[in-house]
Parts: sequence; C-alpha cells; structure tokens
Amino acid sequence: MIDILMKNLPIIVVLCPLMMSLLVVLIPNIFFSWALTTLSTFLTFLFSILLYQEIQIHSHISYALGKWMPPIGIEYIIDKVAIIPIIIISGISFLATIFAYKIMPEEIEKKSISKVYSLWLLAIAGLLGLVTTGDAFNLFVFLEISSLASVALVAMGAHKDKQALVAAYNYLIIGAVGATLYVIGVGLLYGVTGTLNMEDLTNRITDLKSNRALIAGFGFMIVGIMVKAAVFPLHIWLPRAYAYAPSAVSVLLAATATKASLYILARILFSIFENSENLINNTLLFVILPLSLLAMFAGTIMAIYEKDIKRLLAHSSVAQIGYITLAFAIGTKASIAAGFIHMFNHAIIKGGLFIAITTISFYIKRRVTINNLSGLGREMPITFFCFVLCSLSLAGLPLTAGFISKLYLIKASISSDGIWLAILILISSALSVVYLWKIIEVMWMREGKKIVKKENPTIYISLIIITFLNIYFGLDASLVVNGSFEAADKLIGDL
Amino acid sequence: MITIENFILITILSPLIVCVLTPFTSKNTILRDFLGPIGGIISCWGALNIMSSVLNNQNTTLEIVKIAEGISIGFEITPLGAIFGLVASFLWIFAAIYSIGYMRGNKEKNQTRFYAFYAMAVHAALCIAYASDLLTLFIFYEVLTFSTYPLVTHNQNEMAQKAGRLYMSILVGSSVILLLPAIIWVWVATGSLEMSQNGVLDGKLDVAYAPLLLAMFVFGIGKAALMPIHKWLPAAMVAPTPVSALLHAVAVVKAGVFTMLIVLTNVFGIDFLAKTGASEWLIWLASFTLLATSIIAIYKDDLKARLAYSTISQLSYITLGGALATSMATQGAALHIITHAAGKITLFFVAGALYVGAKITKISDLNGHGISAPLIFLAFFVGSLSIIGVPPMVGSWSKFFLMLGAADSGYVVVMGVFCISTILNAFYLMEIPARAFFFKKEREINIKIPKLILIPTLITSFLTILLFFFIEPFQNLTSIIVSRI
Repeated sequence: MIDILMKNLPIIVVLCPLMMSLLVVLIPNIFFSWALTTLSTFLTFLFSILLYQEIQIHSHISYALGKWMPPIGIEYIIDKVAIIPIIIISGISFLATIFAYKIMPEEIEKKSISKVYSLWLLAIAGLLGLVTTGDAFNLFVFLEISSLASVALVAMGAHKDKQALVAAYNYLIIGAVGATLYVIGVGLLYGVTGTLNMEDLTNRITDLKSNRALIAGFGFMIVGIMVKAAVFPLHIWLPRAYAYAPSAVSVLLAATATKASLYILARILFSIFENSENLINNTLLFVILPLSLLAMFAGTIMAIYEKDIKRLLAHSSVAQIGYITLAFAIGTKASIAAGFIHMFNHAIIKGGLFIAITTISFYIKRRVTINNLSGLGREMPITFFCFVLCSLSLAGLPLTAGFISKLYLIKASISSDGIWLAILILISSALSVVYLWKIIEVMWMREGKKIVKKENPTIYISLIIITFLNIYFGLDASLVVNGSFEAADKLIGDL
Repeated sequence: MITIENFILITILSPLIVCVLTPFTSKNTILRDFLGPIGGIISCWGALNIMSSVLNNQNTTLEIVKIAEGISIGFEITPLGAIFGLVASFLWIFAAIYSIGYMRGNKEKNQTRFYAFYAMAVHAALCIAYASDLLTLFIFYEVLTFSTYPLVTHNQNEMAQKAGRLYMSILVGSSVILLLPAIIWVWVATGSLEMSQNGVLDGKLDVAYAPLLLAMFVFGIGKAALMPIHKWLPAAMVAPTPVSALLHAVAVVKAGVFTMLIVLTNVFGIDFLAKTGASEWLIWLASFTLLATSIIAIYKDDLKARLAYSTISQLSYITLGGALATSMATQGAALHIITHAAGKITLFFVAGALYVGAKITKISDLNGHGISAPLIFLAFFVGSLSIIGVPPMVGSWSKFFLMLGAADSGYVVVMGVFCISTILNAFYLMEIPARAFFFKKEREINIKIPKLILIPTLITSFLTILLFFFIEPFQNLTSIIVSRI
C-alpha cells in the first residue's frame, strides 16, 4: 500500500484535493465540509513533505500518467525547482483552511459554504497541477481549472459586497485572455516542434534557433503567463480580485496563486528556452527588467495612496512580484535563487498580513480601511503584534524572513555589477515602510472605539503559526536558502 | 570560574531578561521598577570582566545563531566594544534609578511598556558593542531603532506622532537604503562579513570606489547624526527625559559613532584611509557639522533642544577623530565616547529634574532659581565643564588627545575648529548656571526634586571628576585599539 502511494506520489498530490472537492460539495453541513477540506489539505501537505524527502534522495522524479510513456503520454515532473511552489501552495492552503472555519460563515451564505470549499479545493488542485505537470498543454488545462475556480471564489464575495461580481468578471476576462495567449503560444510551438512535452521541447528548440514561429510562440506564452502572474502592467485584475473576494479566499489567493505562475515563468525562461540564449537575454533585459522596476515602484506608490487595506496589500503584492521577476531578470544563479527565496518568504509574509487584516475585519464587522483601524493596536494586542511582525518582514527588516530575501537579492544584484539596482530595490523597500507604518501608526496612536469581544484563540492559530514562520525563517534560513540555490542550480546549471 | 563567553552572555542577556520579566511584574510596581537597576548592575559586572579580559589580551568569539551559509549572528570582544559596552551598561544603572524617580514624579502612563522597551534598547546597544561581524551589527542597529520608537512616542499624542515619523523615516531610511547595501558591498568585495583589526578592504576594493563606499556608510549610519541627517535627534527629544538621557545622549547616538569608528578602523582600516585619502571629505563634513550645530545650539531656548544640538556637535568630534586617521585622534575619539557620555547624561538628568520639579523646559525661565535648587545646578555646572573640556573634568582628556591627533595629521585648521567649538560650548552651556545663579528672579517657583532623581544626577556629575583621575585603564584600552594597527 505504502509502496503504491510512494510510487504515485506526484499525481496523488494533485488528485487528493481534486477528488475531495467532488466529495465536499455533497456535504451540506458546515463543520463536516470544513473538516473534510482541512483533512484533504493536510494530507496534501503531508504528501508534499514526503515528496520533498523523496526529492532529497532522487533529485528528479518523472511520472508517466496512466503508464503512457512520455513524450506521447503526459509526464509529471518533480524536481528541486518544482518542490518549492508545491510546498508553498500545500502549506499555505492548509493554514488558510484552518483559518477559514470561523471566517467563512461570516461572509458567505450558509447553504453555499460547501460549494465554496469544493471550489477552494479545486483551485488548490489546479495550482498544484500547474507546478507538477511536465506537459505544456496539460499545464493550460490546470491553468484554466485554477483560474475558473478562483474566479468563482472571488464572485462569492458578492454576498457581502456586490463589487465582487465586477472584480470576478474582470478577473475572468483578463484571465481568459491570458490563458488564450498561452495556448496560442503552445499551439505555435507544437506546430514547429511537434511535441508538447517540456523536456522534449527543450531539446527540439535547439535546432530551430531563429525560427519566427518559435519566437512568436515564445512571446505568446510569456505574455499569457505574465498576465496570470500579475506582472506589471498586466496586473490590473489583481487588486480588485484580492480586495473583494471573501477574506479567506484573499488569504489563499494572495499567498499562492501568483507563485505558481511565477514558477511557470521561470520554467519557460530558463528551462524550455534554455538553448535560445539570445532570445532569453533580450527578453530579460528589455522586457522583464524594466517591467519589474516599474512594478516595484508603481505598486508601492499605489499602496501608499490606498485607503482600503486589502487593496493596499494587493498593490504591495504587485510590487513584491516585481522583486521576484527582477531577480529572474538579473539572470545569474544567485539572483534566481534569490527569486525563489523571496517567492517562499513572500507567501508567508502576505499570508500573515491578510490573515491579520481578515481577523480585524471579522471583529469590526466592516471593510478594513485606514480610518477603521484607529486604536485597534491596543484592543487586539495579539493581532497587532503579529501584523507588526509580518509588516517588518515585508519591509525586509532584520531577524525576519523578508530580510533574508532582500539580503540575497541585493547581494546578487551587487555581484552582477548592479549597485544601482540594489539602491533602487532598497528605495522601493524603504517606501514600503511608508504604507506599512501608516497602518501601524493608526493602530498604535489613535484612540478608537472599544470592542467588547475578547480575542478568540481559535482564529489565531494560523496567524501565530505563520508569524512564527516569519521569524523562524529569519533566524534559520538555511533550508530555504539551500533549497533555492539547488533549484537555481537545476534551472540554469546545465546552461 | 566564569568564561569570557559567559560574561558576554551575562552582559547582553541581562537587559533582555529585564525586558521579558517587566510585563510579568506589572502588578508589583516596586519589583518592576527595580528590575532595571538590578539588571544594570549584573550587566555592568559582566562588562567590567570583559574589559579586564581585553586588557589581558584575551580574545574570543561566540556564534549564537547560524542563519545560513556565511551569515550568522555572533559576538566577540574588541577594545572599542568593551568601552562602549561598559559605558552603556554602567550608565544604565543610574538611568534606571533616575527613570523610577522621573516616571513616578511625573505620573506617566504605561510605565510597564516604558521599562520593557527601555531595557530592550539597552540590550540592542550592548549587542552592537560586542557584535562580531557587520551583519550582527546591522541587525541590532535596526533593533535599537525599533525598540526606541515606543519610547520616543511614549506620550502618544500628535506631536509624538510627528516626531516619531521623522525619527523612523530618517533612521530606518538611511540605514536600509545606504548602510545595508554598503555592508553587502563589503561582503561581495571581500567574500565575508567579518571585520578585522586592520581593516578588510585593503587590496579587495578598487581605490576609486573607496570614497563612494565610505559615503554610503557615513550617511547610512544615521545614528551618528552627521549633517544633513541629524534632524531625528532634536525630534526625539519629545520622549520622556530618561530616554533622552540614556538613549539619545548615550546608547543610541554612541551606537552610531561606535559603528562609524568600527567601520573606519575595522572595515576600511586606518592605514587604508590614510593611504588613499578616502576620508578627507569626511573631515570637512564633520568639522562643519561640529561648528554649525554649536551655533544652532546657542539659539535654542528649549533646554533639551539645546542639549540635543550640543550632542550632535559632540558626536562629530568622535567622527572627526576617526576620520583624521591618526593613532592619537582615534584614541581621542574612543575616549570621547566615555567622557561625553558621563557629561551629557548629567546634563539631561538635570533637564529632566527641572521638568519634574518645576515643569521648566525653557532656559529663559531659569533666571534666579539657582538658590532654590543649588545641588542640581551645581551638577549641571560640573557636567558642562566636562563637556567644555576644563580640567579636572574627564572631558579634558579626550579633547587633549583629539587636539594631538589633529596636530599629528597635519590638518591645522581642524585644531582651530576644536578651539572655536570649545568657546561655543562654553557660551551655550554656561548660560544655564549663569542665569540660575546670577540673574534676577522673575517669579517664585517651588522646585521640588525627588531623591531618586537627585542622587543619580549627583553621582554622574561626580563621575566626571572621578574619571579624570582614573582614566588610565581606559587609556590602556584605547592604546590597544591603535597598537594593533
């Protein structure tokens, strides 16, 4: 039994939430549907840990779906690169599910809760599928599964605020355009190379270096994925979707959704097209680099002027995605590792911040804007404390996880003779202190209304765990750092 | 037998333990209040032992946490660190006693929070003193900034909010935008974050980049308050006076100049600086700051603001001493950390005593009150003489060495700067006892100063005289700093 499990682990990680989502929809009871969702996310997380251990031994697992041998059949590939987003997605979704228990009934009609959990699991399955698959077309399928599930989840926010429908519609249309672009790109590649298997694509692209169709296909794929990854200026769907989705959904999406797409972006740039150096270098230098810099500043400045906290955090996500793509754009081994480090750290930072804000909105029973936060620092000390720690982590201050990512990002950019890049990164991160400080100051300084309720410990489990992770990975980062360097090594080591 | 490693731990952990215990003792105010002085005594005992082991040429490093490959938090003992650590932990004892008198006398709110963050700030300062590498230094530099924020904004009103904003934006902004990349630059250039007694950059860094890197350090270390990044210090005066006294005259600002000296001596190396002339511009900048802030101080009527500008000016002495890059000047700079601390903390203690005793904050309100509180003004007088550099006060030693250093380096103008600044010091500090004792009284005020405030003030002012005669061990320490070069 265990033998079968271990052998089929790559597909079980995806199948576990996928199958459970079909089951959860049948359970009308709020508690049981939640418990089943928690169980399945927990199992998924457990399987990812097993997979992680497996990777330490074998370093590359190839799994042929239904025993159809690749390149004909669909291949699932798990290596040292893919394991990072797998751990992020399964871990965060487990924490978010625990957290959702108290929050969901506040914001969603009782009778549709089990449907929400079903979509929830479907989105997770889609994201996990995205990062495990080794087949370019299968990737499109998972992209659509995760996107459509997320759109439906965002639309569920309409129970509280009708704006959610607009946000979901936006997300749907832009997401569909992105997916279409991607699939056009895949079509062109298939036409030229005659294969959909990623490893096969890598090898065949070598022979056709300056084929126009190939370059066009590359362009379509990259732009399509950049829409999904919310790379500036293709991010416009993101702030609204995060802001108006049900709070628990915001936590899940903010911490995981774009990470999967960023991983795909890295895969396309450094793995599939690794042999077309010219094309990639030009793309990095003239497209990704300037866009990342713009994202860093535009996102931060938008966040500074934003009053609604969830939107503020969403804008900040745009800036943080900018850091990750900037790291990719520098294109050295150290910088790609820094990108992966930040991908992981940003997931726990943003997850923590969204959980903290959601907790606050749960208590004050309305949208969290700057003015609604007055004096809450004194009313809700635990939440405030966790929020401050996660903010410090986002700003990249020492002893937090965020510091580690910034440290490696800056070191990588200085090593590649980009001292000006380092200064730009730091200016933008110093600006991020401005909007975070604005929030902290209001919570700390102003007098506010008394809230009668005491802080409820069950809500805090996830918040405290994730805040602890922020500190822990600031003090002992070797796991993340080594993992990311191995991933970077795998991605461009064979260049 | 307690090993040196354990003494380091004792010194840096006792304030942290005080910080952690304070919230749990909030019900028992006597126990809570006296945790600080007790922690100070223990910490100071450790610091003294560290100092004696430095004098015996013992050396040790202690790695606490290994964050990742090549990055760790660790401590070691250096002569300069021993000086700063001793100053901070020793003066903490008196500042802690003083805070009790001040907080009670003023009936301040949120005292538990105050004491907890106060101890936290001392902890950060001590960690800076014994930091073994640049990253540890940077980490606790930031911890110090953040732990002082709740103290600066203690009153939680609009003025405190504004001051807090300025405080954080200058200190965090400068350190994150300039200091951090400068440190990482050194890391990239030398391949490690370690420092060494002779500097690590010689031969590793293109000489043409040296002034740029130095500028990133100098303007990144906002706590050293060189112009134009000095504004945070006057802003921080909105804090309760014990904070201004220990933190903004000793721990925080000395952490700044300590970092500056460490960078000049242990990262660049005095030889490297002297050889390349990379620090020449710093001499002029420090001289300018020194004079300009002295002149601004003359025009400040608010007592704490005047003392703040005086502090900025005195900090520039230390930076200037390091930038001159001669062995005498470096010794003078290191000694000035001690001598200025003893003098300035006394002056701030007096400022706080006058506020608690009579709600006086303006110098022009002091006329004729000398007789009603003679001891406190006498303490101020003695402290001022030390800052000015009149023997037999300890301040004269550091000025003497700085003068010698300036003469050695061949910058005659700098000697002139020291002279003019001494006159200016006398001008703006002597005004206060002069008004108190010789001007005519304008209105009757009853000055009542609590014992817990008066006693620490008198002790620190007496210290400035005492240290004049017992400067030898410290001078031995500073000569170790330069003898290793």
